[in-house]
Amino acid sequence: MRMVLERGERRLLLIELVYPLLLLAMGVYGGLMQTLMRAGIVQRDPFLGPNYYQGLTLHGVFNAIVFTTFFAVAFGNALVPYALGKRLPMRWAWVSALLMVVGSLMAAITIFAGGASVLYTFYPPLKAHPAFYLGLVLLVVGSWVAFFNWIPLYRHWRRENPASKTPLAVVGIFATFIVWLIATAAVAVEILFLLLPWSLGWTQEVNVMLARTLFWFFGHPLVYFWLLPAYVMYYTMLPRLAGGKLYSDAAGRLVFMLFIIFSIPVGTHHQYMDPAIGSNWKLLHAFFTFAVALPSLITAFTVAASLEYAGRLRGARGLFDWLWKQPYFSREQWLFSYLMAGLIIFIFGGISGIINASYSMNVAVHNTSWIPGHFHMTVAGPVLLAFLGMSLYLIAQVAGKEVRFRGLAVAAPWTWLVGLLLFSFAMSRGGLLGMPRRTNLGVTYLNPSSPFFREEWVLWADLAVVGGVIMTLAIVLYLLTFLGTLLSRQATEPALAFPLAEAYHDEPVRALANFRPWIVAALILIAIAYTPVIWDVLRSTYENAPPYLPSSPLPVQPAGQ
Amino acid sequence: MDRAERSTFVFSVGLLGVFFIAVVYASMGRGIEVPTCIVDREPFARDTLFERQPGLYELHMIARMWEFRPGEIRIPAGSEVDIYLTSLDVIHGFMIENETESKAHMARPLGVALAVPRYTGHNVNLMAVPGAITYARARFEQPGTYKIVCHEYCGDNHHFMNATIIVE
Repeated sequence: MRMVLERGERRLLLIELVYPLLLLAMGVYGGLMQTLMRAGIVQRDPFLGPNYYQGLTLHGVFNAIVFTTFFAVAFGNALVPYALGKRLPMRWAWVSALLMVVGSLMAAITIFAGGASVLYTFYPPLKAHPAFYLGLVLLVVGSWVAFFNWIPLYRHWRRENPASKTPLAVVGIFATFIVWLIATAAVAVEILFLLLPWSLGWTQEVNVMLARTLFWFFGHPLVYFWLLPAYVMYYTMLPRLAGGKLYSDAAGRLVFMLFIIFSIPVGTHHQYMDPAIGSNWKLLHAFFTFAVALPSLITAFTVAASLEYAGRLRGARGLFDWLWKQPYFSREQWLFSYLMAGLIIFIFGGISGIINASYSMNVAVHNTSWIPGHFHMTVAGPVLLAFLGMSLYLIAQVAGKEVRFRGLAVAAPWTWLVGLLLFSFAMSRGGLLGMPRRTNLGVTYLNPSSPFFREEWVLWADLAVVGGVIMTLAIVLYLLTFLGTLLSRQATEPALAFPLAEAYHDEPVRALANFRPWIVAALILIAIAYTPVIWDVLRSTYENAPPYLPSSPLPVQPAGQ
Repeated sequence: MDRAERSTFVFSVGLLGVFFIAVVYASMGRGIEVPTCIVDREPFARDTLFERQPGLYELHMIARMWEFRPGEIRIPAGSEVDIYLTSLDVIHGFMIENETESKAHMARPLGVALAVPRYTGHNVNLMAVPGAITYARARFEQPGTYKIVCHEYCGDNHHFMNATIIVE
């Protein structure tokens, strides 16, 4: 099925796909500079100067928040109307895009101006300029508007097709944004009631532990907001790209519903080493974290079974022959290589994630470079590669172009895989020797003339540079094919056509037909998991904190004093 | 669900169950704990180190931009230390590493170092948050230098913030 795009729809999608890639390119450059500065090879960024933490804020905000949110919205704006056979209501779609562009520009300009070197977690009492917080709020509200804009389409479709199953792609996108809506509510409370008035000088002090806990209420489901669009591609498109069928439709639906209930009551696993939260409640969050690993294990099985089915259609025999009968390097099915390279990286990302979640084992890795080693194998693995692959796929269709330089398009994800695994191994390995994350090691700990020099970390910081250079090269390859495609001569009429797979097992399951019971279950689990945590924080913190700028150990004086 | 799906599902739940039981055992059976909620301590803004009982020290540690107080601690080998930690300004991080073990790692041939991770024996890893006190107990058997590096971003000079414990 093809869905011809109207001019407004084309323009909207072009903006929502190209603009975040520009920011991503800057963020990738920032990432390369960070590996060089950490290793002490470069002392200052030619553009941003010597402040490592400004570049690190840029890297985190652009890549992990702005790029991912834009992509999820653009993907939904294309896929939801397509899968339901409806047209996207354009007025609210433009409102959403405008809010997101204005918000992200506010945050970006504040970062470039040096007014928000607080990293992407913006923990108080380090204070950023109010425009940074406001920009993030606008970005998030814009993504909410996009979601609310799809709900009437779904309602209409439901009324017209009372007996049909909701398309799996729509279930996946809606699960993504239900998780996002619940999670961002907490960070909206953190920003609007705690940080924004405090950074404007309307309130004097802030409860740091409360703000931090609200952040992680949002911060972990955030990773599923990143991951679930990739899962939508694994379930609805990967089997077709491989030449087969989705092994089980019900497994896909169950996985998305499980993510709705278990994504959120797990945030305290980022705070195992924090004060003011009882260790018993931390253990409860550990339990739920193991529960949220279950849908990923189900996915591993279903994806493998779907690929095996495709491999056997191509004549694979025996137990493992199907593994070699896949279009890993096919120029025809180039999108397969993005999804597959991401899945291979995610094996290691998932395993290291379970290690982090393992409660007291977290003592050995918390805030060491092991942690960025881990999460680059998730957000910069399956998430980034799926988003890049789909961005290229969509830009070709939206602009009516043929994908150019397909050899480069296929080389990019595999080059990225090599660089990323090297980088993540180096970071993880150094982390086990105590090498900290978020630290400009090149000035002190990895500077041979410093009294604090740590010889045993040198090898791992240098190896991370090698990984970082290869990763940057992969992004250059990708941008060449992306720009080559975008700037080429128009070849076809702009129209969407997603490679949606049929299901091998397609029996309907009544319990998975409705979101409502799963949302109610999610809210109950959140209440159970978070009421005692917030109570502990409130009863055991004895004072609030005034704002500090990263440049001074003295608090910011309130205006008029 | 067909048979293959069902058995994978049961295996996955079982595997995660085994992991969780191992976690509970490590924490309750072996006493490897994470910090908890402290409500019965008086807030402190000054650093202190004193011997509460023979061989048992109490340390009140202050983190602030950009130093730990005390910056250098000397205790005899075999001591146990109750560490209470807080911050006077922004969030800081506090992890104790054993330098002698890190150096031993360096002495191994590169191939072995690449293949076999060696745990460096840091077992205290805390966040210092203003307005809250955190606690951990540490035992120092081996003489040597134990390094503490602030591992949470705390402003422009974060990478200068560190301390040492010298066990004699």
